Order: sequence, then C-alpha cells, then structure tokens
Amino acid sequence: MKEINVTLKVWRQDGPNAAGHFDTIPAPGIKDEMSFLEMLDLVNERLIADGKDAIVFDHDCREGICGTCSLMIDGQAHGPQKGTATCQLHMRKFADGDEIVIEPWRATAFPIVKDLMVDRAAFDRIIEAGGFITAETGGAPDANITPIPKTVADAAMDAAACIGCGACVAACPNSAAQLFTSAKVSHLNLLPQGQAERYKRVEAMVDTMEELFGSCTNHGECEEACPKSISIDFIALMNSEYLKSKFKNRKRLSQHD
Amino acid sequence: MELNSKIPEGPVAEKWTKYKFDHKLVNPANRRKYDVIVVGTGLAGASAAATLGEQGYNVKAFTFHDSPRRAHSIAAQGGINAAKNYKDDGDSVWRLFYDTVKGGDFRSREANVYRLAEVSVNIIDQMTAQGVPFAREYGGLLDNRSFGGAQVARTFYARGQTGQQLLLGAYQQLARQIGLGNVELYNRTELVDVVVVDGRAAGIVVRDLLTGEVSSHSAHAVVLATGGYSNVFFLSTNAMACNVTAAWRAHRKGAAFANPCYTQIHPTCIPQSDDFQSKLTLMSESLRNDGRIWVPKDTNDTRSPDQIPEADRDYYLERRYPSFGNLAPRDIASRAALVEVASGHGVGPLKNGVYLDFSEAIGRLGEKVIEERYGNLFEMYERITDESPYKVPMRIYPAPHYTMGGLWVDYELMTTVPGLYAAGEANFSDHGANRLGASALMQGLADGYFVLPNTIANYLAPKLGEAVVPTDHPEFQAAEAAARDRYAGYLAIDGTRSPDSFHMELGKIMLEHCGMERTKESLTTALELIPPLHEEFKRDLRVTGSGSSTNQTLEKAGRVDDFFELAQLMCLDALTREESCGGHFRAEHQYPDGEAMRDDDHFAHVAAWEWTGDASNPTRHVEPLEFNDVHLAVRSYK
Repeated sequence: MKEINVTLKVWRQDGPNAAGHFDTIPAPGIKDEMSFLEMLDLVNERLIADGKDAIVFDHDCREGICGTCSLMIDGQAHGPQKGTATCQLHMRKFADGDEIVIEPWRATAFPIVKDLMVDRAAFDRIIEAGGFITAETGGAPDANITPIPKTVADAAMDAAACIGCGACVAACPNSAAQLFTSAKVSHLNLLPQGQAERYKRVEAMVDTMEELFGSCTNHGECEEACPKSISIDFIALMNSEYLKSKFKNRKRLSQHD
Repeated sequence: MELNSKIPEGPVAEKWTKYKFDHKLVNPANRRKYDVIVVGTGLAGASAAATLGEQGYNVKAFTFHDSPRRAHSIAAQGGINAAKNYKDDGDSVWRLFYDTVKGGDFRSREANVYRLAEVSVNIIDQMTAQGVPFAREYGGLLDNRSFGGAQVARTFYARGQTGQQLLLGAYQQLARQIGLGNVELYNRTELVDVVVVDGRAAGIVVRDLLTGEVSSHSAHAVVLATGGYSNVFFLSTNAMACNVTAAWRAHRKGAAFANPCYTQIHPTCIPQSDDFQSKLTLMSESLRNDGRIWVPKDTNDTRSPDQIPEADRDYYLERRYPSFGNLAPRDIASRAALVEVASGHGVGPLKNGVYLDFSEAIGRLGEKVIEERYGNLFEMYERITDESPYKVPMRIYPAPHYTMGGLWVDYELMTTVPGLYAAGEANFSDHGANRLGASALMQGLADGYFVLPNTIANYLAPKLGEAVVPTDHPEFQAAEAAARDRYAGYLAIDGTRSPDSFHMELGKIMLEHCGMERTKESLTTALELIPPLHEEFKRDLRVTGSGSSTNQTLEKAGRVDDFFELAQLMCLDALTREESCGGHFRAEHQYPDGEAMRDDDHFAHVAAWEWTGDASNPTRHVEPLEFNDVHLAVRSYK
C-alpha cells in the first residue's frame, strides 16, 4: 500500500437555485487501497475538523448495485475505470500529484440539490408511465407454466441489470435517457409475460422520456459510461418496438390502447 | 406489557388457511376510506405498499432515498428460497419449514415459519409474472441452486443480482401504483418519530432531508419496513445509510424489541484492509457451492496459495462437517473461520482471512461455467482487491450482515402497539437465532405481498368510519417539537468530534465485545464503555452546516444517537441469554468440540424488551416458544 497526495476541485452549490463554484481542496496522505468514496469520507472528516461543511454527495451500498452514487470525475461519469460505478473505483487508479475534478451529473432533467447531489426523480416518472408488467398480487400462475428460452431470459437479464444511476444521461451531450429507458423496455418486452402490454408500454415510456429528457443522436457515450456496460443495441430494440407500436392498427382491438 | 402472539388454533399446516378465513375483511368499496402509512421501500415495504394500493387503500410510502429502488434489499446477491421442489430432490413446504426452524437453532415461532414456507411458492409465481428474469435451464424452465443449511436445491436466482431483480420487480409494482395515484410517495424523507394516541398508532413524524422541515402524517395503521441494525457495528455489509432509527423510535413509544442479540455474521466477506474502510463487501454464499474453504496447516506458511500442496492444506469445514461441508450454515461457518484466524492460521497481509478456492471447480467445470455462475462477483472482488479469483483463491472473512432480532410482532406482524406493524428484517419473527441463506428475500416478500395485506384488514375492519387523528393533536405537536429540538440540539453542541468518529468507536466496542463470540466479561465491559461514550457524544459532537438544507452530517448524528441506546440493549440481551444459539455464541456455553450449547430448559423463549425511559434499565418480557412439529434437538451438520 502506498500513499498519494491529490488535489480535489469540487463543485459546491448551496441549493437548487444558488450559484455554484469550484472549491480547491488538497487531499494529502491518501492510501491507494481506498475507494474513491472513502477518500471523500476522509476529506469530509477533515472538513468537519476544520469547522467547515462536509461535501454533500449521494452514495449508499458501495457495492455498485444501488445506483445511488453519481459523480462526474475528470469529466467522465463514474470516473476513468470502464464498467465501474464511482463506489467501486479505487484510488490506485490515480497518481501522486493528480488534480481531480469532481462534479455532479449535469442535465436539465436532473436538477442539482446540493453540491454533488442531484434529483433523478425523472427516471421514476418513466417507470411509473409503463415500466412494469401489470400482475397484481395473488393471481399468478405457476412459475414454470411458460418456459422461457435461456437466451431470451439472459437477454432480458442483460437489460434488467441497469442500476438507474443516470450516468448515461450525464455522459450524453444531449442529456438523453434512451439507454435507461430502452433497458427497461427491452427487459420487459423480451419476456413472454410482458407481451400483453408490449406496445402500450413502449409508447408510454418513450413519450414520457421525450417530455423530460433530450433526444438521442447516436453518440454512444451512454454505453461507454454505463457502469453495467449495457449495450446500445437495446436502444435499437426500443426504437423498433416504438415504430411497431405506431404501425400496429390497434384500433380494431381498442380505441384507447 | 402483554405478549399475545395470537397464533391461530389447529394443526400448523392449517393455521394460515384458518386465519385467512376467520379474520375480518374490508370490502373493496370501503378500502378507500382507510389511510395506511408504509415506511421503507425495500422488498417488504415496496411489496406491502404496492399490494395495499392495488387493494384500494390510500397508501403513503416513505423512503429516505431519492428513489424507492435504492433500498438495500437491492444488494442481496445469491437467491431466494422456495419450496417448489422443481428438482424433485425431496423438498416440500414441510422440509423448508423444518430446515428454517432448525437453521434458526430452535428459537423461532413454528406457526410463523410454517406460513413463510407455505407462501414461498407464491412468491416465485408472483415475481415471475412480474417479469423478474430468474435464471433458466436450456429447456426454459427455472433453474435452482443450493444454499447453506439445506441439502436440496431450492434457491432461485438471477445471476448474482437476485436482490436487485426482486427489488426492481417490487419497485415497478409500486411505481405502477404511484402512477395510478393509489400510493403517494415521499422520497428523501426520514422517519423521526412514531406517534401513539390512546394506546394506538396514530401516525408518524418525518424530516424532509432536503429542507430539514419536520412534519406529521396520520393514518389508521402504520407499517415499518425499515430493515436491520447491523450498522451498529460500524463496519458491516449494510449500506451506509442503514440504521435503526425507525424501529428504535417505535421502541421508545412502546413497541417491544425482541432478541436484539441475535445478529448474523456472514462468513464470506472481503477481509478488512485498513482503518479507513467504510464498509465490508459481501461475497455471496452461493460461492460456497463451488468454492472450497481452507487455510494452511502450518501457521508460519508464507508460500503463495498455489504453491501449497494438498497435504499442507486444511479444508476445515469439510473436515469438521463432512455431510454439509462448505455449505454449513452461516453461524457455523463464521465461527469456524474465527477459530482458524484466532489460532494463527489466517491468510493475507493482515492474516485476517481464509481462502475460498475455485481452482478445483475451474478444473472440473472450466472457467466459462464458473464465469457464468459468478462472473459479476469475481469482477467485484477484483475491483476491490486487485486480485483475480480465477488465478488466486479469494480471501474471505466473516462480517456483520443481518439482524434476526427486531421489533416484536405477533402472528399478524403487529407490534405491541396496536396499529403499528413491522415487516421484513425490521421484525424478529421468522429466523430465530440464525437466518439461513436466501431466506431474507423470501421473508421480506412474504410479509409484504402475502401476510400484511391480509392481517391489516383484520385491524382496520372494525374502524370503518373512524377519522384519523388530526396532525394538530397535541401528541403530534409534541413529537414534532421534540424532533426539532433534537436536530437543533445536535447542531448546538459545537464540540470537536464528528458523528462518524463516535460511530466507529461504538462499532469497535460492539464488534470486540458483542460480536461473533461473547462472554459475561466482554458484555459487562461493553456495558461499562457505551454509556460514557454516549455522554461524550452528547457533550462533544460536532455537526457543521445548518439544519435547513441537505446535511448528511446531521442525518448521521441522529442515527448514531439511536445506535448508542440499541447497543446497550443488545449487550443486555446477550448478557441475560446464558446459552449459545445460532448467531449468539457465549463462550461459556459450548460443547467440548466447540459447538454451541443451548439451554432449552431456561431459554426456549423470545426475550422482548420494554423501554422504560432509561436505556440501561429496560424491562425483559418473555414469550415461551413451543415446538410441537419440529422436535428440539442438538443442531448438527456433521
């Protein structure tokens, strides 16, 4: 284990409507075995010891699964290590003398709450619009009644692995939420259980997404930034589902669906 | 205080059916006349809120996270048990019931455990219908694997992310209800008090974590699904924000706290590397399906693991427990690791771990199969330790993980405060003194989807037409004022030490004196150390910033304050329970071979503690446990 000295340039902002600025905070004596967030914990302990306000940042499980942590590190969502959430990033990826710029996710749909913390409720709105299979408690048939080919179940799982952190939006020059939305559309639309609401789901989710987020222009930054390496192929799948939903003449079935 | 468990009459296998027929119902048109509060949106909370919303009640759901999807259920890795017997390897509701009672070292309530086993099959059906992508065989049917404490393969899983997929399933059902307007969600809102009026739960007082504003919400019934308290140890596998505040505030308002000393130390976590560490990372128990645990026989062996020949290795679990081997239950595997490390056989730079070795499985199955089964876990391990488990054995060591103790509840999941319910890890009811792997997800979903929505109707039905207690009632006003004073108080101390520094010191005391092994002496020491530290906290705490915008230091202060009082209760409970059972191992009570020695004559009961206003002097009540269907026996996995 070795120790490095780094300097942080951290975005500080008192509230949603306050003006923000960068604070330069020296962080000497950082052990390279520390996680990035443990380094921030230490910096916060030192700030409190100096009577200053701790840096506000979102974090929780520190195992890369809850999707709470959300830092833009040196201009990269979740920092320099590919396929890794901020909480799983370790200081061994940095060198002695580095200056590290830490910012919140920047997107109109994710307003800053304070310092490095943002409000990602817009993601919840997309799920509420249709990111579910209607299956109320009690009426489910035996789980093995519908065999699902392993390849289909695996593909659905690949999409379902999304942790909802918002790195895709933060990395996108348009702040588009296509990767997040398509991951949930694909997870549910690929499965036999999801067929009944297939077209309604994709329409409702895409329409809500378009209301809240920017538009996709196929930069592919989202896949690069995704800590779960979710593929942009799912965006293609979502687009195809959306198109199909428009072509299907569902008026024969129902005026409203 | 009276502990009436309200267990229905009749044979254990018929109790739940009988209960469902006997309890009072609320007709669908009347349900909208009732308000129900659900605190917490993990598996138990999200599934309860969603189901109650579907049924037609007015539900308010509270989470201190930014979104319900962040709850710590999401981090569960390995799987969920269910008595489906899809493998036809001898499983049944009876066997899951038996395994769970035995796994809990005969300290759980038979009727509750049977119900859990019974509804386990519905959970798998329900979650599959919702689109949870469980692992499948090539023919398209569901796959299973084995977990500790069982000799059948009954664990359903979604890669190493089962908790994530189940939580997202429940979250999506909750999101649907929010979208439909049946559930109102309050995010970034933390419970700071429970309000009891005329002996019944009337509502809660909460603090908005973005503005610091304190407000009240009233309801006909309140459900706490707020998780466990392993973070009392500071270092645990729990997420950073997990805390005991909701349960503790309920306890202070009259809810008995049961078996707080039953804490589970999970055997397979990444060993601590230094003092700066903020949490410990779990490596799923499922790894023990294919990994073999060993230490070098020679305490001075400095060779790298691949250079140590078979003859010089001690596969101590396989040696001591030949029939269960590496799949011995958690409490047993953890204590065995402690014995090895304490006797100098530990491995790694700090000699604080044991090996979990996959080389034999990789040789037998190939790297690809192992990658498919555990790829994401291996990756996570490599990110943290910079070592690849495909090449060198993992190093693991036990860490505080789950708490079997919690708020005392009756068969209906109601606490000793009428109208106040506790679900999931927050209650004490189903796991006795030790929880088996893949059973926490099962219990959370059983409580939320299938138990509470039935039992809560029995309480609500007679209250038809009753108004909720208005939030300007003096009890609400007093609780609000106390909460404001409390948080203003932390800011006003202006001492020298951060909340984390106190939490870390408290955690060290608890781990050393009330951890994997406890003695009368160690517990007495802890009880001498904790109160002065709590006094110092009240005198010398430093919280910077203000109380009127997001202040994580202030949030932490409130949580640590409650951990101090809980820690004392845990030590008192452990001191009073003069026996070893499950996760509670009193060194004075063991067989010559080191196995736990229960004392059924004196301790076959639940200890439920009543708050008296003095944290050092609570009142202990007892609920005797009767075993009619599983016979009390010395628990053996040999």
